[in-house]
Amino acid sequence: MGTLNLTLKIWRQDGLNKPGGFKNYKVDGLNTHMSFLEMLDVLNEQLVNEDSEPVAFDHDCREGICGMCSMVIDGRPHGLLDGTTTCQLHMRFFNDGDTITIEPWRAKPFPIIKDLIVDRTPLDRIIQAGGYVSINTGSAPDGNVIPISKEISEDAFDAAACIGCGACVAACKNASASLFTAAKISQLALLPQGQAERKERVIGMVQQMDKEGFGHCTNTEACEAECPQGISVEYIRKMNWEYHCANIKG
Amino acid sequence: MSILNSKIPEGQLSEKWSNYKSTVPLVSPGNKRRLEIIVIGTGLAGASASSSLAEMGYNVKTFCFQDSPRRAHSIAAQGGINAAKNYQNDGDSVFRLFYDTIKGGDYRSREANVHRLAEVSSNIIDQCVAQGVPFAREYGGTLDNRSFGGVQVSRTFYARGQTGQQLLLGAYSALSRQIAKGSVTMYNRHEMLDIVKIDGKARGVIVRNLLTGEYERHFGHAVVLATGGYGNVFYLSTNAMASNTTAIWKAYKKGAMFGNPSFTQIHPTCIPVSGDYQSKLTLMSESLRNDGRIWVPKKQGDDRRAEDIPEDERDYYLERRYPAFGNLVPRDVASRAAKERCDEGYGVGSTKLAVYLDFKDAIKRLGQDVVSARYGNLFEMYEKITGEDPYKSPMRIYPAVHYTMGGLWVDYNLMTTVQGLYAIGECNYSDHGANRLGASALMQGLADGYFVLPYTIGEYLSKDIRTPAISTDHEAFEIAENEARDQNTRLLNNNGSKSVESFHRDLGAIMWENCGMARNKPNLTSAISEIQSLKKEFWEKVRVPGRDDNLNPELEKAGRVADFIELGELMVRDALDRSESCGGHFREESQTEEGEALRDDENFKFTSAWEYKGDDVKPVRNKEELQFEAVELTQRSYK
Repeated sequence: MGTLNLTLKIWRQDGLNKPGGFKNYKVDGLNTHMSFLEMLDVLNEQLVNEDSEPVAFDHDCREGICGMCSMVIDGRPHGLLDGTTTCQLHMRFFNDGDTITIEPWRAKPFPIIKDLIVDRTPLDRIIQAGGYVSINTGSAPDGNVIPISKEISEDAFDAAACIGCGACVAACKNASASLFTAAKISQLALLPQGQAERKERVIGMVQQMDKEGFGHCTNTEACEAECPQGISVEYIRKMNWEYHCANIKG
Repeated sequence: MSILNSKIPEGQLSEKWSNYKSTVPLVSPGNKRRLEIIVIGTGLAGASASSSLAEMGYNVKTFCFQDSPRRAHSIAAQGGINAAKNYQNDGDSVFRLFYDTIKGGDYRSREANVHRLAEVSSNIIDQCVAQGVPFAREYGGTLDNRSFGGVQVSRTFYARGQTGQQLLLGAYSALSRQIAKGSVTMYNRHEMLDIVKIDGKARGVIVRNLLTGEYERHFGHAVVLATGGYGNVFYLSTNAMASNTTAIWKAYKKGAMFGNPSFTQIHPTCIPVSGDYQSKLTLMSESLRNDGRIWVPKKQGDDRRAEDIPEDERDYYLERRYPAFGNLVPRDVASRAAKERCDEGYGVGSTKLAVYLDFKDAIKRLGQDVVSARYGNLFEMYEKITGEDPYKSPMRIYPAVHYTMGGLWVDYNLMTTVQGLYAIGECNYSDHGANRLGASALMQGLADGYFVLPYTIGEYLSKDIRTPAISTDHEAFEIAENEARDQNTRLLNNNGSKSVESFHRDLGAIMWENCGMARNKPNLTSAISEIQSLKKEFWEKVRVPGRDDNLNPELEKAGRVADFIELGELMVRDALDRSESCGGHFREESQTEEGEALRDDENFKFTSAWEYKGDDVKPVRNKEELQFEAVELTQRSYK
């Protein structure tokens, strides 16, 4: 077990539409078993004890599934490890003496609320535009009535695994939400339950994505590389196919 | 002493719920449109209740403190959800699920509620499948099942190791549909700070907009709390960082009695604590016990690497002590057995507070591919956190606080002792008695939200159709808002010297030490005074930076920790009061010669419902005597 002394260069911003800037902080004697967020806890406790305001950042489950944590670490959303959220990144991947730059998600549709916290409600609105099967409670048939092959079910699961963190948007030079949107569209388009609303869903969700100001996909695939769940850009291809089919067939 | 009316319907156990549904008064569609319901929380219970109530025609206002309703901590549940479908043809039935849950809970839950839970379990699976939840499937296309601790059938439905996520996203999608329709008004980043009571009935809430710091008043004909468990009272737990007790604690102080507060589930398979900086503990799904074997070295203080310890020098202590259930004994039994081995000096790893969970035999028997298909993501998670590869050397695990069976006392309708105030999901004292079985939390959250509350709330609202919306200028709103505001002002102006975090850590240490896996009278007695002095110190010395008029996570945390401290004292009182051992509550004074928990049905066959009597005044313990008609009480044996 080693110890680390680090310099942290962190984006500080007091509120929405307020000016922001980087500030440097020193944290010493860190344990390499710590998670990245536990390292920030140490910094924040230090700041509270100095009577300064701690760094605001979103976080909750700290086990890589809630999708709340969201920071760009040394230029990469969720940091240097592939397939990992910030909360699952551990300090053993850093070296003593490192300077680490920490920024919020950078994307126009995600305005900065404070420090490292951004507003991701546009993603909720994309789901509200059709990311569901219209089935009221109590009207469902027996679960085994519709057999679904293991292959289709696994494919749908791969898409459904999205945690809604927005790293795909933060990674994209166009701030496109295509991977997020495509994942939900594909999950439901693959499954028999999603067929009835297949066309309306893809049209509604894609239009909402555009309305929110997310950019277009230009196939650089940075989203897949940074996605903590490793969701494949193949689903973007599927979304585009679904979208065109829905438009052609009217 | 107040008399608790559980409102259990008359008739045969198996017919109570269907009779109830056929006779419960209905609210007409026209009247539903005029009624407003407030739901706090968007986990499985809150999201499913919000969407179902909105589908029925009620006006729903839903609140969550996260940035999106999809983040609630139900999302982190890994293993699965139980249902009495008997798809595996292994003899499962509603009665067996009911019986296993009652027995697993060590006979401290209400028969009628548990039977209803087992009855609606099948509908939950159907509902989730229809929403597009990608459950695991067999090659023939039918739904797959796995087995879980404490039972001998395969009734657990799962979606890889992310069942909670998929179920929550299903409920979130249903909720999103209603938000889009305008039938649910969703308030993200809003935290409930108090219940508003008018003429003895819950009529609204005070919430704080966490972004702007504004205090808001919201009226509702009824208020539904779905705010989850309070395991974070122990500081370290598997709960999310912001999971808290504030909503139910404020409700308790407004007259909702608190049921069995000390009943806490300590989950046997978590990644052990590695240092003081630790902020939370990570669960490794119990499903791992299906194929993993738990052991410690036979020699005390054996420092060899696990791989170097030969087979005959390993003690598979669960298989040795409990041959009938082996590694699949219920959670409380598995946790205590691990603690017992570590206390005796057989623990492993650098802290010696860990045991091995070994997949060597499973890999040999099934092949690495099969093991990886079943548990791949859990193995990856373990490797991410510890930097060790569980395919090569066994996992190290230790018990950690995971779930709270205690919570607000509710009647058959899921109503608390405050009229019009409901509690659903983990925040009620619930159907799990003194110990919850694996894969039953998801079942209960969704049962309450989709299939129980939407019916039972009608019983109350049908009598309330003539009540017009009450203005939030009413004095009761004014008083409640001022109290919430004053508490935050006091915290910010305190000018103390210690961080909120440090008080939370101190509280956690007191709770874990005295009110954790094993409890005794002297420790519990001294814990009460320790917590009381901690409370005093907190209000004298806590330092909360920042302001009240913008986003201030330290201020949010301070309010939550203040409530945790008070709750901690109540938990300890409850643990002290119940001098029997039952389920997860192990009183050292009450055990068999072999060290197994010894229940005392003669004196403790009841649910404790604690009544608030004022700040720093001793609360009163009321009793709901439990009647068992369908099951015979026996000492639990998994041997």
